[in-house]
Amino acid sequence: MLNYTLRRLLFAIPTLIVISFIIFAILALAPSDPTGNLPLTIPAEVREKIRIALGLGEPLPIRYLKWLQQFFINEPLHAIEQMFGFSFGGGEARTRVVSFATRGPVMDTIMERMPQTLWVVGLSYVVGILIAVPIGVISAYKQYSWFDQVGTFVSMVGFSVPTFFTGPLLIVIFSVQLGWFPSVYDTTLEVNSLGTFWQQIKQMIMPVTVLAFYNAAQISRFMRASMLDNLSQDYVRTARAKGMSEKVVILTHVLRNSLIPVVTVIALGIPTIFSGAIITEQIFRVNGLGQLLIIGIQGADIPMVQTLTFMFAVLIVLFNLIADIVYGLLDPRIRYD
Amino acid sequence: MTDQAVSTADTTKLGAQRTLWGDVWRQFVQHKGGVAGTIVFMTIVLVVVFGPFIHTVDPQFLDIRNKNLGPTFAHPMGTDNLGRDMFAQILAGGRITLAVGILAMGLSLVLGTLVGVVAGFFKKLDGILMRTTDLFLALPLLPLLLVIIMLFRDPLRQAFGPEMGIFMLIVFVIGITSWMNTARIVRGEVLALKEREFVLAARSIGTKSWTTIWRHIFPNVLSPVMVSATLGIANAIITESALSFLGLGFPSDFPTWGRLLFDGTSFMTVTPIRVVWPGVMISLVVLSINYIGDGVRDALDPRIRGR
Repeated sequence: MLNYTLRRLLFAIPTLIVISFIIFAILALAPSDPTGNLPLTIPAEVREKIRIALGLGEPLPIRYLKWLQQFFINEPLHAIEQMFGFSFGGGEARTRVVSFATRGPVMDTIMERMPQTLWVVGLSYVVGILIAVPIGVISAYKQYSWFDQVGTFVSMVGFSVPTFFTGPLLIVIFSVQLGWFPSVYDTTLEVNSLGTFWQQIKQMIMPVTVLAFYNAAQISRFMRASMLDNLSQDYVRTARAKGMSEKVVILTHVLRNSLIPVVTVIALGIPTIFSGAIITEQIFRVNGLGQLLIIGIQGADIPMVQTLTFMFAVLIVLFNLIADIVYGLLDPRIRYD
Repeated sequence: MTDQAVSTADTTKLGAQRTLWGDVWRQFVQHKGGVAGTIVFMTIVLVVVFGPFIHTVDPQFLDIRNKNLGPTFAHPMGTDNLGRDMFAQILAGGRITLAVGILAMGLSLVLGTLVGVVAGFFKKLDGILMRTTDLFLALPLLPLLLVIIMLFRDPLRQAFGPEMGIFMLIVFVIGITSWMNTARIVRGEVLALKEREFVLAARSIGTKSWTTIWRHIFPNVLSPVMVSATLGIANAIITESALSFLGLGFPSDFPTWGRLLFDGTSFMTVTPIRVVWPGVMISLVVLSINYIGDGVRDALDPRIRGR
C-alpha cells in the first residue's frame, strides 16, 4: 500500500507539471493584452514599461519557469517562515507570485478568502452527506415503497435542477417575498455575541441549503445503488439466517460494506464542489475563492487566475489519489500491487 | 439504422420477426420515467422550434411603456425591464440553448468515440491516449472554460460576427472538455469486443483495421454511446447555462436561458417571475433528458431487457 501510494505520488508530479503548463499556455497565448484595459492616452513606450513591470517582457519559457519557481519554491518557503517565525535567509531576493490588480502577493489574498469558501462549501458538503446517507439507506431497504419513489424523484430533481436556479429561487421566496434571510452574505460580520451569531447562521442557511441539496441528491443516488447491490448478496441472507436482528444486519453488515464506494464518490466530489461553489458564491455574493476567480478573470489578472486554477487542479489530483487509497484501505479485496 | 440491425433468432414465437431494436423500443416504452421524459422533451423542442411562427413577437422589440409587466394576454410570460416580451425571448433563447446542447454533445461524442475506439483497438496508441484522457479529467474544467471564453471571445467575435463567433466558441470548448467519460466507456467495450470471434473472423479474411472498426466494432459500442449522448445533452446545457449565468457566455442581445436567468437576477425584487421562467425551462429540459437517459440505459441493458 505504501509502495502504491508513493508510486502514485510520483506519478502525480508530471501530471501536475503538464497541467500547470497547459494553464500557463492558455493564459499566455491568448490574443488579449493585460494592458488593454488601461486608458488609451497612455503612450506606447509607457505601455511597454508597464508590461515589463508586470513581468511580461521576458520570453514565454522563462516566464513559465519563473512562475514554477515562485509557486513551488518561494511560496512554500515564505509560508514556512511565516508559520514558524524563522528566516531561511535571502528572503528579499525571493519573489512571490504577485497579482496584476492588487500588486500584492496572490497567496495572501487567497488565504484571506479561504475561510469563507471552506465554511460555506465544507458545511454544505457535510450537511449533504448527513442527509443523503439515511435517505439512500431507507430508499434501498424499502425499494419501490412510497418513500423510495419520492426519494428517487426528489434526488433526480436535485440532481437536474442547477444551483444557479435553486439559488435565485430561494432568494425570491425567502428574501424577497418572506424576508426571512438576507440575500447577500456579509463577510464583514464579526461573530462576538448571540445576536451576531444568529445573524451569521441566517446568512449561511440559503447558500448552504442550495449546495447541500445538490450534493445530497448525487450522494443519495450512489448510496441507494450501493445498498441495493449489497442487499442481494449471500452474506446478508446468512446473517439473517443466523438470527441477527434486522438492525444489526442493515447497520453493521450492509451499511458498512455499501459505504465503501460511497466514500470514494464523496472524496472524488470534493474538488468539483469547489468549482460548483463558484456559481453559488456568485449568487449569494460570498467573497470566497470562486468570486476571487471570477473577478480575476474579468480583470485579466493573469497571476491570480493561474494560481487559483492550478490550485483547483492540485485539489482534483490530490483527491483522486485519496479516493484510490481510501478505497484500498477500506476494501481488503482491492490489491494495487 | 434499425432496419439492418441484427435479428434475434427467436423463431419459437410465431408472428412478426423480433429485432434487437424492436426489443429495445418495447423495453423503453415500459419505463415510465423515460416515456414521460421523452414527451416533455419533445414538447419543449416542438414549442421552441415552431413557437416563434405562432407567437410572432420580435424578442428584441423594445416597448418601454410596457416594461416589467407580469403575465398578461399579450405577453404570456410578462416583459423585462426594457419591455421586451419574455415569452419570445424564452423561445429564441431555447433554440440557442438546445442547439448548443445538441451540437456540443455531438462534438464530444465524436471525439470520445474516436479516442475510445482507437485506444481500445490499436494497442500502440492506448497508453498515450488514455494518459491524455486522465490529464483532461484532472483539469479544473469550469475555471478553464471561463478563462478560455474570456480570452478568446473578442477575437472570435471579430472573425465570425458577434453571434456566430460566441456560438462556435462555446460549442467547441464544451465539446472538447466533455468527451473523456465516453472515451473511457467505449475503450472498455472495445477491449472486450476485440477478443471476440467475429473480430478474429473478420481479420482472418483480410479485413482492414478501419473497416473492421466501422463494420464490426462500432455497431456494438452503439449502446453505451447512446446513453452518453442523452446525458451529454443535459451536461452541455447545464455547462452553457452556467457560463452564461456567470456573464461569460452569450451576450444579452443574443440571450440563452442561462443569460435570461442571469439578467433576471438583477430584477428579483421588481419582477421575480423573470427568474422562474428560464430556470424552470432549464430544469425541465435537464430533468426530462436525465429520465430519458435512465430509460435508454435500462432498455439497452440486456440483463434487464431479458426479464
